[in-house]
Amino acid sequence: MQSINYSEKIPNNVNLSEDRTLQRALEGWQPNFIDWWDDIGPDGSTQSDVYLRTAVSVDPQGWAQFGHVKMRDYRWGIFLNPAIEDRKIHFGDHLGENAWNEVPGEYRANLRRIIVTQGDTEPASVEQQRHLGLTAPSMYDLRNLYQINVEEGRHLWAMVYLLQKHFGRDGREEAQALLERRSGDENNPRILGAFNEATPDWLSFFMFTYFTDRDGKFQLCALSESAFDPLARTTKFMLTEEAHHMFVGESGISRILQRTCQVMNELKTDDAQKLRAAGVIDLPTLQRYLNFHFSVTIDLFGADESSNAATFYSSGLKGRYEEGKRNDDHQLRGQFYKVLEVREGRLVEKEVPMLNALNEVLRDDYIKDSIAGVGRWNKVIEKAGIPFQLTAPHKAFHRNIGALAGVKVSPDGRVVNDAEWHANVAHWLPTDQDRAFVGALMGRVVEPGKFANWIAPPAMGINRQAVDFEYIRFN
Amino acid sequence: MSDTDTLVIKQHLIDPEICIRCNTCEATCPVGAITHDDRNYVVDAEKCNLCMACVPPCPTGSIDNWRDVPKANSYGLEEQFSWDSLPAPIEIVAQLNRALVTAAGATTDPDSASAASSVVAPVVTLNAANTGNFSATLPPWSAAHAYTNLYGPKAAEKTITATVTGNVRVTEVGSDYDTHHIVLDFGALPFPLLEGQSIGVIAPGLDASGKPHHARQYSIASPRNGERPGYNNASLTVKRVLEDHAGNAVRGVASNYLCDLAVGERVQVIGPFGASFLMPNHPKSHIVMICTGTGSAPMRAMTEWRRRLRASGKFEGGKLMLFFGARTQEELPYFGPLSNLPKDFIDINFAFSRTANEKKKYVQDAMRERAADLAPLLSDANSFFYVCGLKAMEEGVLFALRDIAQQAGVSWDAIASAMKREGRLHLETY
Repeated sequence: MQSINYSEKIPNNVNLSEDRTLQRALEGWQPNFIDWWDDIGPDGSTQSDVYLRTAVSVDPQGWAQFGHVKMRDYRWGIFLNPAIEDRKIHFGDHLGENAWNEVPGEYRANLRRIIVTQGDTEPASVEQQRHLGLTAPSMYDLRNLYQINVEEGRHLWAMVYLLQKHFGRDGREEAQALLERRSGDENNPRILGAFNEATPDWLSFFMFTYFTDRDGKFQLCALSESAFDPLARTTKFMLTEEAHHMFVGESGISRILQRTCQVMNELKTDDAQKLRAAGVIDLPTLQRYLNFHFSVTIDLFGADESSNAATFYSSGLKGRYEEGKRNDDHQLRGQFYKVLEVREGRLVEKEVPMLNALNEVLRDDYIKDSIAGVGRWNKVIEKAGIPFQLTAPHKAFHRNIGALAGVKVSPDGRVVNDAEWHANVAHWLPTDQDRAFVGALMGRVVEPGKFANWIAPPAMGINRQAVDFEYIRFN
Repeated sequence: MSDTDTLVIKQHLIDPEICIRCNTCEATCPVGAITHDDRNYVVDAEKCNLCMACVPPCPTGSIDNWRDVPKANSYGLEEQFSWDSLPAPIEIVAQLNRALVTAAGATTDPDSASAASSVVAPVVTLNAANTGNFSATLPPWSAAHAYTNLYGPKAAEKTITATVTGNVRVTEVGSDYDTHHIVLDFGALPFPLLEGQSIGVIAPGLDASGKPHHARQYSIASPRNGERPGYNNASLTVKRVLEDHAGNAVRGVASNYLCDLAVGERVQVIGPFGASFLMPNHPKSHIVMICTGTGSAPMRAMTEWRRRLRASGKFEGGKLMLFFGARTQEELPYFGPLSNLPKDFIDINFAFSRTANEKKKYVQDAMRERAADLAPLLSDANSFFYVCGLKAMEEGVLFALRDIAQQAGVSWDAIASAMKREGRLHLETY
């Protein structure tokens, strides 16, 4: 069996070198993780030295160490945010009691399920993105993709640590199963729908990192409130890394908009065909991709009424977004929340017990955060003097989970009949032609400082490096 | 120009155009200076202590914006919340110049209008005297790796306990200028330090509002292998504070606590801090040290490390130049030991501003006298400049460096940006 030099190879602050049980579990799992990475990790990346950020500790200086490394040799570490002394549970039925350092028997199954579901998304996105390196629009972007890939890998490690440390044999089995499911595999798919969709091109990738990784942020925020302290501390640290993923998405779309607007002004046209001929992505196509990714992602928050959500909250496993900053009783009994349903061909609000609506509460917080970023994209368009605004579609649009699943609703929130839906869906969601066009635009550009025609360079480089810095050394 | 200090502050701002509102800065800030509304993330200038902890975690680089602004016109939170983009720098330059005119007017001969304008004119060419902006944020390429924040509010261990193993007065007895050399031992606990780093000392007890005292920061005065070589200890240079900047009687909490400590007493310490004000370690690298008062601590540390290396016979050092200012020779810490160092090891230039019957001489005056030797060092990629002392010295030193460069026919702008980029100019003032 391959032995591991723990402190060197696996930077950690969980005292790994003195935890024999955990060592043995990791020794069993780590070679399989590397096999998984070799098998389904980023395509064609093995030889390259990539300028990556590695966390070697959780303090401000230690968690962002930059240097050229081979991704296979990336030091996937295990980090928990520093413990808060005498932390108390701050919501649910156990409000005011001491936070748990071990898993309470009665919540074991639910906690394991929450951790496995979160953990499953991490390798899934690496699988979804594995071919993108072949069509990177620049060396800078390729580096950002790889950074996201290794950090999703680290987040998998974080969840595997919790499973192996706190869930005994079934934890170890779940850790193994995380390496066996495959995104999009008919027989053994990833748990959540959006993580079985392909990420075929960089526009999809940027939309995915903006919208879907932001779902990750909100789930992690909710888990970072957990009464189970190791889960709270793990997810809190993961959030620091997650920020980079959303940065890639937000700035990626901004740069596409910037380039499109520039060409629109140069050619003095808003004609989609002329713009496509000029090799940039027209704004209506961007709007359709936005509609797709937004709607697919808000499904990830689950059914709008859910007794599981109520159980998770009341038992203290998963809080609300920024639970600690809210001023209410943090138990929510006898309170109500409005969710949408279709009655007599119209969308109407109905009041349901707040505890059952916590998925909807988190979804609404997510939507607010997402829309703020869409507003920042619009500033780019506005700055170029172009009268066009991107909008987030109505939350009932194109839904497949909960009371709104399958209901035909237009992006502006009108219930429409089948005929109107079919007449317009090509304006609302990306068509095969759109996807073919975007796919055809993708070509690999990786000379330092060069960028594909359809995207503008970033305002600044990574870690104060120049934009034309050699972020990747292809060997 | 001491009035300038109270008029101009370095304000930390976040660029709202690049920021993605990810909250990592707010979560990282150790003093709660960062906050947000639905629109923007902003920094409270009243709370920010420029510790830089928020800078590495920022995924976008939007966090890394610094503006010198007149204190009276610093950007408030409400104003920052309303921004779509950072305000135009041109306006700030104009504001600053107005502030400097006022400051110059207040400190120069009132009937000499030309004196005021001669102060203002160079300010513009020195890029708005944005002094903090000249300091490198990266260490020299050959710096050793610095460990930081091993102990502190966000670390696993909140403090480390040190034992006082020495406390001696290093300025002459008789004046009220009382500076102590204090040695702290960390026993078996890890506390690796490098010359140029600092530590925080927490005085026991509570402040006026009933809260524990906040940590006061001190540069270490000892080299990496200990005040006593091979021991896990470090020394500090601490001046007993008896009055504030305006001359009002105030007993400095931490400095009086430290200066009165007896050998064997225990002290709570946090740190280490600082990852850029570090010395070069490659052979033939030159070090120019410019300091006043207790700003000599890091210079003593670097000098002592080079002295030990030289004694080992295994390291070929470059030039060491020291410009050291104090009011009088009696107030100069370490005056005796410094005078005993060999001339071919270190080139020492003192400047005393209050010696009876002598013309006032500041460090920048001493530097100008040595322009012929300093000019080639400015352009030499193997030379590294360190400035430490009271904030008031920063501007005078930068003006002197600029003039020395220009007299040698080199562009100051080019030199300054190269020095910053290459980690060759470090300013640490308080």
